[in-house]
Amino acid sequence: MLHDVARDADICHILGYRRPVAFDDLLAGDGRVEPRDEMPEGYRRTLVRQIAQHAHSEIIGMQPEGNWISRAPSLRRKAILMAKVQDEAGHGLYLYAAAETLGVDRADLLDQLHTGRQKYSSIFNYPTLTWADVGAIGWLVDGAAIVNQVPLCRCSYGPYARAMVRICKEESFHQRQGFEILHTLSHGSPAQQRMAQDAVDRYWWPALMMFGPPDDDSPNSAQSMAWGIKRFSNDDLRQRFVDMTVPQAQALGLTLPDPQIAWNEDRGHYDFGPIDFTELAEVIKGNGPCNQQRLAHKVQAHEDGAWVREAASAYAAKHARPTEGAA
Amino acid sequence: MRDWPLWEVFVRSRRGLSHVHVGSLHAPDAEMALRNARDLYTRRQEGVSLWVVPSTEIVASDPGEREAFFEPAGDKVYRHPTFYDVPEGVEHL
Repeated sequence: MLHDVARDADICHILGYRRPVAFDDLLAGDGRVEPRDEMPEGYRRTLVRQIAQHAHSEIIGMQPEGNWISRAPSLRRKAILMAKVQDEAGHGLYLYAAAETLGVDRADLLDQLHTGRQKYSSIFNYPTLTWADVGAIGWLVDGAAIVNQVPLCRCSYGPYARAMVRICKEESFHQRQGFEILHTLSHGSPAQQRMAQDAVDRYWWPALMMFGPPDDDSPNSAQSMAWGIKRFSNDDLRQRFVDMTVPQAQALGLTLPDPQIAWNEDRGHYDFGPIDFTELAEVIKGNGPCNQQRLAHKVQAHEDGAWVREAASAYAAKHARPTEGAA
Repeated sequence: MRDWPLWEVFVRSRRGLSHVHVGSLHAPDAEMALRNARDLYTRRQEGVSLWVVPSTEIVASDPGEREAFFEPAGDKVYRHPTFYDVPEGVEHL
């Protein structure tokens, strides 16, 4: 009997009248949109903006940590940090490639970053003052990024979702190495403990702001959720991050700089204090501690690399010529 | 860089499996495309073999024509083993 039911279902599937799968039907069935499918212009534009901003964040995100490669406290730490910063570059490139499937050019996206017309995550406008900041970035910033990014692995746009699967696999090492740095410091000398606590004090609130404005002040969220780009609201993701992080802070023996953090039995979540979103708005506007430095460094690095790109192009042209001549 | 062609990257994760598309990258020539693909897509020993193919060389079916293009297979249900009735108790069939 079961056998027959299965067969009937198969036949319906195979013989059934198949309409052209339109965009709305795809989304309704939790299907994936692929590059050459028809899609609303707003969907395409939103994705280009989000993926480009995400890519820029990975690239700019190399700077705060790159700042400590030459001063890492051991060869082991240095090798790990180089691998991590290399990963960030890789993540940026996966994402630029995903954006390009939507008909934009990576060079144009870089232009828009360099001229300030496209943004990157405001978290990278904070400085890394001590070695412990590298730990805090790995633990809190990458931790928050993971909470944001895991649902993006199910994003309705196929190339973005696939890039995120690769990225999420690699991010978990990033978070763990940060936790390990802080754990070592917080179990070290009193000066090392103070350094770890100071880093957490400075990075906790900016990490919470990474989830964006509160839900009632997040005008694009509803549309992004309807399009299957976003799966959970900013506040839901922020709560998930807090719930995950509070016990980890206890394991580190460090205090999160919010006296209002307390387990709420009724909600089944940790309560936490109000976030100063005026700070987020200021940093986004360009008034964070490192905005100008980060962008200037990025533009400089791009210009300094021009001769490498020119040399590679010249080499390719030179070696392509004989073949063309023979043809 | 603006004029560098786009390459599609395929990785064979281990011997015995096919190359699978993993993404794309820009490079001025095939050799640089291979090197960049190694650095970008196999940082954790994800592959034992790499292909890079100029994106413009890939010929793809048209998503708009999908229905008509794949329709001929639609009414041939007898190509599937579940089409056939098997009496109760008959095994290994």
